[in-house]
Amino acid sequence: MTTEQIKTVAPKPTPVWQRHHILDVDDFSREEIELVFNTTTAMKEVLSRPIKRVPALRGKTLITLFYEPSTRTRLSFELAAKNLGADAASLSATASSVTKGESLIDTVSTLQALGADIIVMRHPQSGAPDIAAQYVKASIVNAGDGWHAHPTQALLDIYTIQEHKESLKGLKAVIIGDILHSRVARSNIWAMTTMGMEITLCGPPTLLPNEMGKENHHLPPTNIEHDIERALDGADVVMTLRLQLERQQSGLLPSIREYVQLYQLTEARLGLAKPDALVLHPGPVNEEIEIAPAIVHGPQSLINEQVANGVAVRMALLYILAGSQKQ
Amino acid sequence: MNKSLLIKGGRIIDPSQKIDEVGSLLIAEGKISWRGKGEPPKGDYDILDAGGLVVCPGLIDLHSHLREPGYEEKETIASGTKAAARGGFTTIACMPNTNPPLDSQTAIEYIKATAAAEGVVRVLPIGCISKGRKGKELTEMGELAAAGVIAFSDDGEPALNSYIMRQALDYSRAFSLPVTDHCEDIVLTKDGQMNEGVVSAKLGLRGIPNAAEDIIVARDLALAQLTGGWIHIAHTTTKGAVELIRRAKEKGINVTAEATPHHLTLTEERVIGYNTNAKVNPPLRTERDIEALIEGLNDNTIDIIATDHAPHTEGDKLCEFAKAPFGISGLETALGSLMGLVHKKKLSLPALIAKLTYEPAKILGDKRGKLGTLAVGAEADVTVFDPEREWVVDTKEFASKGKNTPLVGEKLKGKVIATIYQGKIVYKDESAK
Repeated sequence: MTTEQIKTVAPKPTPVWQRHHILDVDDFSREEIELVFNTTTAMKEVLSRPIKRVPALRGKTLITLFYEPSTRTRLSFELAAKNLGADAASLSATASSVTKGESLIDTVSTLQALGADIIVMRHPQSGAPDIAAQYVKASIVNAGDGWHAHPTQALLDIYTIQEHKESLKGLKAVIIGDILHSRVARSNIWAMTTMGMEITLCGPPTLLPNEMGKENHHLPPTNIEHDIERALDGADVVMTLRLQLERQQSGLLPSIREYVQLYQLTEARLGLAKPDALVLHPGPVNEEIEIAPAIVHGPQSLINEQVANGVAVRMALLYILAGSQKQ
Repeated sequence: MNKSLLIKGGRIIDPSQKIDEVGSLLIAEGKISWRGKGEPPKGDYDILDAGGLVVCPGLIDLHSHLREPGYEEKETIASGTKAAARGGFTTIACMPNTNPPLDSQTAIEYIKATAAAEGVVRVLPIGCISKGRKGKELTEMGELAAAGVIAFSDDGEPALNSYIMRQALDYSRAFSLPVTDHCEDIVLTKDGQMNEGVVSAKLGLRGIPNAAEDIIVARDLALAQLTGGWIHIAHTTTKGAVELIRRAKEKGINVTAEATPHHLTLTEERVIGYNTNAKVNPPLRTERDIEALIEGLNDNTIDIIATDHAPHTEGDKLCEFAKAPFGISGLETALGSLMGLVHKKKLSLPALIAKLTYEPAKILGDKRGKLGTLAVGAEADVTVFDPEREWVVDTKEFASKGKNTPLVGEKLKGKVIATIYQGKIVYKDESAK
């Protein structure tokens, strides 16, 4: 009965998927992303049922290991695991032996010894999940590392976009804000490019790495535009990023006031984009700083849909990963 | 006394005498006693067959970290000098960023005594510029010079303020010793992890821009011009720095400069995958910088090659990239790495050997004996290596406690076969006959 139920839920993972860990989306193929999206659609169907559960991951243990605070990402992973019948537990760096100086590798090894099949990790240092993945057999899922990557966020962002568009190919996306420190931007740049979207990055030069926009072997091609109005001209998708308020203290910005003047997504500025342009934000939103409240709650905003799709995308990823573990 | 040793039938390359010829070398009583193409003088000696091998003066490294006293878990004088011998080095200068730092005569005497008792090659200490490496007051440079330091440096605690640097360059003139600076504007590089560029943008790591090095190199050159003091630029890595040093030499400023094997051969791409063994300061840069460094070696803008051997424990490097300490264990891979430049025809073999023997010996002067030469009567420090021999870097074989190298598992072409220090074989490859 169990097997039958899964079959109706989602397609079996195909040889398209060879991954044991999800560390970044920079090397995801279009086929892999499409597999994730198709599986997500099946998971959304499960979530629409009166009893939102399938036992596809029964007997599996997922542990979330968060070295940074998080609301939606952590919760959506835990809900995703529970919806799939896995046992979910969590470890907060602040409340654990991590604060007593236990090393990252010792910690992940301990979680593995406790029976974790999947470790979902968030860490303030770029590359921490890559390092952890070298030392454990469990699958590591990156839930955000430093400035580097946030693969599940990018996948849910693009999934949400494609629900509203016939095709992703050729769509003009504008990402506005603190690109330099943003793992969400980095992962979206990779995955959007793979799906054929054209990307313009917009922000003050101090928050936009010089190297982006130049032709090179290590980053996908992007347009750089420091003027928000020119950047928004004709955009299909507009993503604003959270501005960390400490950027002003570290000298990267003269004032939040000037940032608002130059880079806030206002209704007038949004009017320069296509009439059906979609607005995304990875959250949490600083209303009245990077984006006007009327847009957050307005008809073009997908911000709540992003959160809702977060659970389905993460269910899909966990389901696909568990399938690859069996092989 | 050691038995005499005949190194027979090798390609003898000695830039100090502009020699590159096949011949034999006789060593007696710790000195070079004879060199020639024919039969050596009769006598009782051991023979080392150098057929097909290069015979050159023992290599000299003016920049290494031996970690003793204070960090013996990373390296000791005993293990570090064994690593030097395996790498073909017979003379190494050790940096003073130990604990306690080498800022007093007592500390220098400790290094000398330990090296005499436990070291297998010559160790020349470098003394601190400032007391406690705190950048506030100059050390007693006269007393350190008398104790035998070969340079002054606060390496590891970069970029003194301009005022102290000026005094150091000025005061040290009395002893004709260089002030060696790690050139880094630490305000600009705060929390930097790797070269600032496309790879740091991809990996989301805070960058260390070339400008941070160029700024301090420019400042130090200006202060050397102001004072007439001798500035030695440690581990040059940027195209900009090479250009600044070249121009300063044209102007007659008293400057010497070094580059490391890793900065001459590896790029920032080594960091991809968050490889903490490729984390080093100054960071691995780009092909463009490497080309400029090699050009600098060839036109003598860069005087010498020095390893900046910086051993760390495996635990030190087994962590998040941002938490890992900087440094590469370099003594045992230096020659093999650098021979890659010779095989690629970027540098001639005699030029490479000059950068590792004659040129550093010139910086040392003649106070420590005749080093870096195979002239008859000189110290019998000799390195014998096979320029064509391929080998795979296996850190389990390292004598150094520091296994931290990005070259793990890589094939290098060019291997040390024997290292002779003061007439005694201190390292011998199993293939040596």
